[in-house]
Amino acid sequence: MKHTQLQVLAALAAGTIFGFGLALSGMLDPVRVQGFLDVFGAWDPSLAFVLGGAVAVAMGGMAFIRRMSRPLLADSFHWPMDSRIDAPLVIGSAIFGLGWGLGGFCPGPAMASLSLGLTPTLVFVAFMLAGMIAHDRFFGRTS
Amino acid sequence: MTSYLVSLLGGALIGLSSTMLLILNGRIAGISGVVGRLAQGINTGTNAAFVVGLLLGPVVYFAAFHHWPAVTITASLPLIMLAGLLVGFGSRMGSGCTSGHGVIGLARSSPRSIVAVLTFLASGILAVALLHGALS
Repeated sequence: MKHTQLQVLAALAAGTIFGFGLALSGMLDPVRVQGFLDVFGAWDPSLAFVLGGAVAVAMGGMAFIRRMSRPLLADSFHWPMDSRIDAPLVIGSAIFGLGWGLGGFCPGPAMASLSLGLTPTLVFVAFMLAGMIAHDRFFGRTS
Repeated sequence: MTSYLVSLLGGALIGLSSTMLLILNGRIAGISGVVGRLAQGINTGTNAAFVVGLLLGPVVYFAAFHHWPAVTITASLPLIMLAGLLVGFGSRMGSGCTSGHGVIGLARSSPRSIVAVLTFLASGILAVALLHGALS
């Protein structure tokens, strides 16, 4: 169906706005991310404004989306099916947070800053992909 | 003060992008999910397009402001490798990262996402405290 091409364009546009927002907000800078997590040291609260701004706009969007029966270009919304608070959620998030703090990168900024062509970012993304593939292959949950 | 406003605006754009992807494609803009599915070859077209867009974002920033956004990396290469592995593995195991759980998850008041965000903030704070403790 022709919606497929439109979905690709929509994803490209959304990705570009996301990447630009990350660049504008300072989220691409690992030192600032670590400064935000450094609550016992020289705390830099600016990234709380990034999260605050993002969640505020998304909450407004959600109020609108809840009244939609389906997305404009797809048949249904893909909401997460799992609602349990289980060990993989907590342990996985704890592992993710450790890596986030140690390197100052989470997946979005790591991918976006590949554009700058810095070797450490390339290495980070390569090992991040290896971690993802290792999880998905050996602990096999998809999505 | 202006840096807080710029951060707020950048954040608002991230929220706008996440809202757009839901309204149009019905998909949650979770980067670990998008990249993980791309690595698995699931919905390659849209996931690859989103990643290409992510990479274009800083290029648009460069075109607008004539300088690249700051990326200051102080961690050593072995630490970067360890961090990458933990981020990749943990975000897949926890079904999301700062974007999926942190933006749309919180906006939906999803209990799973609230637990995830509190957990990764706590362990991120711990990691930075350990790092600074070990270095000073």
